[in-house]
Amino acid sequence: MTRRAGLDWPLILAVVALLLLGIATLYSAGQTDFPTLAAGIWRRQLLWLAVGIIGAVLIFRVSPRILEWATPFVYIGTVALLVITLFFGTGAGTAAGSKSWLAIAGVRLGQPAELAKLATILMLARHLAGRREQPRTAFELLPAGIIAGIPLVLVAAQPDLGSALVFLGIFFAMLFWVGVSPWLLLLVASPVISLILAFSTGLWGAWIVFVTILLLWMRPYMLEALVMWGMNVLMGVVALRLWTGLAEYQQNRILSFLNPEIDPRATGWNVIQSKVAIGSGGLFGKGFVEGTQKRLAFLPAQHTDFIYPVLAEEFGFVGVVVSLSLFALFFLITIRIARHAVDTFSCVMVAGMAGMLLTHVVENVGMTVNVLPVTGIPLPFYSYGGSFLIICLMTIGLTLRVAWDARLGGYLEG
Amino acid sequence: MNWNHPHELQRRAFATSVLVVGVFLVLGGAFFRLQVLGWGQYAVQSRNNQFRPVAVPAPRGIIVDRHGVVLATNVPSYTISLLASSHDVVRATLDSMAKYTPFDSTQYAGVLGRHERSPDNPVVIMRDAPFQVVATLEERKASFPGLIVQTEPKRRYPHADIVSHLLGYVGEVSEEELAGGEFARSRMGTLVGRGGLESQYDDDLRGLDGERLVEVDALGRMVMGEGGGGLEPQQGDTLHTALDFDLQQYVAELFPAFGERGAVVAMDPRDGAILAMYSVPSYDPNEFIGGVDPELWESWLASESTPLLNRAVQGLYPPASPWKLAMALMALERGDVTLETKMPVECRGGYQYFNRYFRCWRAAGHADLTLAEAIEQSCDVYFYQLGLMLGLDSTLRDAAELGFGRKTGVDLPAEMAPVFPETTAYFDSLYGPRGWTNAVALNMAIGQGENSQTLINMMRFYALLARDDGRAPTPTLVPREGGEADFPVLASAANVAQLRPPLEMVVASGTAIASRIRNLRIAGKTGTAQNSHGLDHGWFIGFAPVDAPEVVVGAIIEFGEHGSSVAPMVTRIIARHLLGPDADRDRPVRWVLPADSAPTPEQLGPDSTRGVTGR
Repeated sequence: MTRRAGLDWPLILAVVALLLLGIATLYSAGQTDFPTLAAGIWRRQLLWLAVGIIGAVLIFRVSPRILEWATPFVYIGTVALLVITLFFGTGAGTAAGSKSWLAIAGVRLGQPAELAKLATILMLARHLAGRREQPRTAFELLPAGIIAGIPLVLVAAQPDLGSALVFLGIFFAMLFWVGVSPWLLLLVASPVISLILAFSTGLWGAWIVFVTILLLWMRPYMLEALVMWGMNVLMGVVALRLWTGLAEYQQNRILSFLNPEIDPRATGWNVIQSKVAIGSGGLFGKGFVEGTQKRLAFLPAQHTDFIYPVLAEEFGFVGVVVSLSLFALFFLITIRIARHAVDTFSCVMVAGMAGMLLTHVVENVGMTVNVLPVTGIPLPFYSYGGSFLIICLMTIGLTLRVAWDARLGGYLEG
Repeated sequence: MNWNHPHELQRRAFATSVLVVGVFLVLGGAFFRLQVLGWGQYAVQSRNNQFRPVAVPAPRGIIVDRHGVVLATNVPSYTISLLASSHDVVRATLDSMAKYTPFDSTQYAGVLGRHERSPDNPVVIMRDAPFQVVATLEERKASFPGLIVQTEPKRRYPHADIVSHLLGYVGEVSEEELAGGEFARSRMGTLVGRGGLESQYDDDLRGLDGERLVEVDALGRMVMGEGGGGLEPQQGDTLHTALDFDLQQYVAELFPAFGERGAVVAMDPRDGAILAMYSVPSYDPNEFIGGVDPELWESWLASESTPLLNRAVQGLYPPASPWKLAMALMALERGDVTLETKMPVECRGGYQYFNRYFRCWRAAGHADLTLAEAIEQSCDVYFYQLGLMLGLDSTLRDAAELGFGRKTGVDLPAEMAPVFPETTAYFDSLYGPRGWTNAVALNMAIGQGENSQTLINMMRFYALLARDDGRAPTPTLVPREGGEADFPVLASAANVAQLRPPLEMVVASGTAIASRIRNLRIAGKTGTAQNSHGLDHGWFIGFAPVDAPEVVVGAIIEFGEHGSSVAPMVTRIIARHLLGPDADRDRPVRWVLPADSAPTPEQLGPDSTRGVTGR
């Protein structure tokens, strides 16, 4: 078999299709009746795409063994970058309000948070792959929690709630993949659920009863059970205090998710206009570049966070089905690749990367139809943004390498 | 079993795949709900986002006279308005527009205020903009996004001051009126009728505004090109008035020769149609178009001559001698007198009533007169006694029945109600129960005292005298089908008919002898309303031809001193109406050619007749 035959063509085709749709949508998103700077943004995205492909090719040539060895240094390096960003970061673009950019002498180098996602995946993969048995207790999950928790807290402090959420997605996806019981994961997540439910006394009470029963049934160590139960109760108590601690725009986002009409001119505006754009697209859409909501600038951040409604408006439900199917296909392929990986590190790493992208896709698309609250995270292969596109393409490169290793591992040992 | 045992992994991979497919199905379902099930609703919302309706004002209906002469019409004009998303945009646009057309601070504040009240609609910046400004702005259209230049119908009154009081004018509906819902189908900036026929028939004239759709982006910036669609405006109904513009114009030309202030009404007694209605001084209603200049408005309001007042329906004057016909009719109706009845005391220039001496206008006296002669000579002494004979109570009651206590119901807004006491209780409350004497009956009998009538109300009474059936027609400017049948019967036809010969004598040989018209038998009555503020006001109301009256013309001239000086004007108006424009040729008018032989001869006015009639 040749080297080319070792490539996973279905994955490449799915990604190319997504990228083509993405560039087309980004081009359309820039075409407004009153031209803005976004009009020519697709050309710069093409540049980033070229850089990303080079990055993917380069990382494709790196053996997962070297990667596994280098992981701790990469992880520590990115955490350091995040700390630096926290102190010296600047805001830009649609995320002008938070310090998420690292710049030297005014030249923006990128968003370390994107790199941190990859580094965290690698670090978690290294940690989990080294274990023969899956973690069975909450205490055993503690190291993994710390690995994901450090960048999460640092990113959340920028503050960038959306990206912080992605670390949670990565964390749970990878743990699920290595066989951690869903019940245990539920238990780990229970304090957060308790926090959310604390706003309704009845629901919260029911939740505490449920957690108690769950603990009695799972029968973990006594100390662990007490700690988990205690945290649930604590979260319910401090919920209000935490709420007041949130920045106002974060509170508004949560409120307007619950009811977008609460203030249609301000906070709910994004979601309402997004729904109007999507809904008015109908079955076949208004035609490429013809979307009126987009054309007349009713869509906020239509080249980054709210790019998907542009597609939905112009290509209609048919376009949505096609693009969502491509995404689903993409994830099914990566799951297959992860399953067939020749070593555990690659296996967990690919699952982690899929988990990261899935979190992005679900959260981004979900918020445009008001299924999930608005957080400013980009849609892979669609949204404008250099750092994220490069990271996405690098995960593709890594995944292709893992697939290549699996196919040729037994035959072209060299 | 290790977590990475192939069987375990396969289980996980399957579960994960199912999970992924499930998640995407949920997302797909959400899109299905919005795009397929909710499409109708969201398509409407998207369209509402995309297009902003801009009202296209309907042209008001035109107003014509009975021969189709246009009295009020519309001409195209430019209205500049602005569709702006915020206050700052309005401010910035005004600032940059100020380079081409200056704004004063009130205009500036007005625009901002209007924008604040209805930010989603275009705000009118300038009505009736000069072409030069429009051209300049159109050239720089790119630097004024949201600026809408629209041709709008503008009201125009071709014969401005001749018919100004009749027509009224138009002005923007006020906010209070909008809030109160006083005008149906109106919006901010709608022009509604103010005064006159424009106000009275506003609902018919206004039409239905159209709508134009303008494509607008999220920031309220207007996209070039038409949005299409929309509704065509519907012009208001044409208003066919009974007015004879030729006669109206004649009145306007004639009036200045006789006085400076006053009013003339010409009416067809057969159906109450008003042929001419003229009030002086007047104003130019075109001044109101596009907003009246505040200085001019103030000067009109402050002016002692009150040009905005329609003296024909809003001016209250003592009815004076024309009132004597009302006294005569009431006495005849009660059967107290006949035309041959003489009064106990003959006229020697005055009448002694207890300790007071009531003068007759003719100091030399009229000697012993019958009722017919007393009407012809307008003898005050006779009517003092007639008033006493009737008694105050009956006078008030009967006069109220003849309609002197209420408005005529002419189709013009703001008609003044006459000041007329319907019972003696009025005097009780005015002077106290014992504070007045029967002397008021004497004053009342000659049309003085607590009695003020509008010209239109007196016209109505004289139209009754001119008719054969004892009905009083309601004066109307815009005739309606079948309105005539409603005229109430107020007096017996026989009594009314009796009064006509003495009235004819007034012109033939009485107080208006100087106003005779050859070939035309005119009946009428002069009057002098005493005016405590200066010269007396002169009355004359006449009708012709006596046998079958076709026209009643009445006039009041402020400071005209005596009805005898008003009569020539009225009789000439009657002649003009009945005999046509050639009538003037038969008039014995003295033409004076000045020494320097000016090309157009000057016609002498009241001075030439005053000397003849005297007092």
